[in-house]
Amino acid sequence: MERRKAVARATSRLQLLLAGSRSAPPMASSEEQTEPRPPVLLLRRVAPAYDAAVSEKFHLLRPWESPLPRDQFLAAHAGSVRALLISGLVTLDAATLDALPRLGCVVTTSAGVNHIDLAACARRGIAVANAGTVFSPDAADYAVGLLIDVLRRVSASDRYVRRGLWPVKGDYPLGFKLGSKRVGIVGLGSIGSQTAKRLEAFGCTILYYSRKNKPSVPYKYLPNVCDLAAESDVLVVSCALTSETHHIINKDVMAALGKEGIIINVGRGPLVDEDELVRRLMQGELGGAGLDVFENEPAVPKELFLMDNVVLSPHRAVFTSESFADLGQLLAANLEAFFSNRPLLTPVNQNDL
Amino acid sequence: MESLGVLLTYPMDSYLEEELSKRCKLFRLWETPPEKRREFLRANAATIRAVVGNTAVGADAETIDALPALEIVASFSVGLDKVDLAKCRERGIRVTNTPDVLTDDVADLAIGLAIATMRRLFAADRYVRGGAWKAKGDYKLTSKFSGKTVGIIGLGRIGWAIAERAEAFGCPISYYSRSEKPQTDYKYYSSVVALAANCNVLIVACALTEETHHIVNREVIDALGPKGVLVNIGRGPHVDEPELVFALLEGRLGGAGLDVFEDEPDVPEQLFGLENVVLVPHVGSSTWETCKAMADLVLGNLEAHVTNKPLLTPAL
Repeated sequence: MERRKAVARATSRLQLLLAGSRSAPPMASSEEQTEPRPPVLLLRRVAPAYDAAVSEKFHLLRPWESPLPRDQFLAAHAGSVRALLISGLVTLDAATLDALPRLGCVVTTSAGVNHIDLAACARRGIAVANAGTVFSPDAADYAVGLLIDVLRRVSASDRYVRRGLWPVKGDYPLGFKLGSKRVGIVGLGSIGSQTAKRLEAFGCTILYYSRKNKPSVPYKYLPNVCDLAAESDVLVVSCALTSETHHIINKDVMAALGKEGIIINVGRGPLVDEDELVRRLMQGELGGAGLDVFENEPAVPKELFLMDNVVLSPHRAVFTSESFADLGQLLAANLEAFFSNRPLLTPVNQNDL
Repeated sequence: MESLGVLLTYPMDSYLEEELSKRCKLFRLWETPPEKRREFLRANAATIRAVVGNTAVGADAETIDALPALEIVASFSVGLDKVDLAKCRERGIRVTNTPDVLTDDVADLAIGLAIATMRRLFAADRYVRGGAWKAKGDYKLTSKFSGKTVGIIGLGRIGWAIAERAEAFGCPISYYSRSEKPQTDYKYYSSVVALAANCNVLIVACALTEETHHIVNREVIDALGPKGVLVNIGRGPHVDEPELVFALLEGRLGGAGLDVFEDEPDVPEQLFGLENVVLVPHVGSSTWETCKAMADLVLGNLEAHVTNKPLLTPAL
């Protein structure tokens, strides 16, 4: 409850900030000269949109632009670097943190934080901010889009049309109705609940599994994923990847879901036992799948390429221009908050995961 | 119903065909080559008292004229643009369709097409299947659907169901209809051009009549604009298709999700190479569950007709 209030406060603060920044006048040049932009370290490139949004107010340190080898570059800046900006592709471990003794804040461009050693950050008093709920509507839209695509064979029948088969082979085979399907949400966080809200409007019945029962939520709670699968026609995987949730969708869960069951994964590849998933799909022991993420991206099991009851996507559930623009603002806002000794707008609490 | 001669115009549904064959005297129009059809109808005119048609082949004036014993046209569809209603009225022929049972599926597909078009689901899937993710890196940014203004042409059963779904995505709803609907807060526009100019996603959900032919014309397409998306789950002739193709090729329209085309099953090949379109072969109500419900409605209407009970879903 506290976390939800904090997120709501942060969201309205962010909205105020975004509204303000869109109408704020540019800084006078004398101000620019007297206040140097605080340095923010990158370890790898981030998307150009983010780089641009952050460099307006901060001095971005880009190690790959320096002739110095990485460890010397870090050592040279270790005395001044208090903030780090990373994407989900950077693994932030204790060793890297050791090289940055003045680090007080890590901002990641992703919603997921499985690439960050949160315990190590907590021990060093380093605050961590993520993308908060900026991406949640996009991810929820994508989950719904993938589900409709799988059930109604949208992409598969589109292929059929573009291959010129409609005049030749006649009507495309029938798909399956979405309405009144029982959809089990694995992880009822921001993305899970936004997905649930949308699917309710299509006449779906929502069930969920989460680490804790959420009594204020109108959906039926199941205490483990197998029980959830047994009562669902569709599973939507939208939980965080942690050591506990690795392969949370395993063969027992898939067996419980049944041979007409559909799995939609907009979380992380390793949440699903991919080999088992492919085996079941090949043998007709699973109804279909909509997959935005895979265990070894960008490698995708080739067996899936021939299937019409599967929709594949290259980890794009949150990548819209609108969200990128919003996230760019949020990254800068989090860094600004840190450097002004204010609380981060979208802090990550290790206890929440 | 064994003495009821039924002309089935098209192999629209195998369950329906089986049931009709078991329960009635079934004539399959498509099994006769087109040049022999008039003769075929004349030969069986005394027996054929019912026509079951669909969106591909209905009951046009020529067919109705060839069947003097025709009493009822039971359409396997909700749209009746392929039935000559004036002729039916003139002859006192009853007409039934399949409303309500397919509303959900069509509305689901409308939203599915909008998301698929804006988020490039087909192109992203093809990107993966073709090996481009490994070879070329990340696919590009796409357009957010949530929160975009959705404009609906026709706020009937299907239009309404689309609006309810889009609302769950935070989409403000506006509409065009022949008259304003006082029971809703959705924003009304009295012209389709004005609706198109003020929305991001324009969805065609009205019936096809003479008045609504090409209701989405060049002016409407231009008003919708280079960031706008058109979704058509109505009928192909609702949209001026050549104008639509030009607009897409020239970048004057942002994208299109199309379930219907002017000359099905032919689809303009110039669209095949585009990533900002989704093309599906008239599958709006094509699910196992809904087709069974539609077939049962057709059978139920025919049964009611022969037993002098009230028709289940009379359209005239």
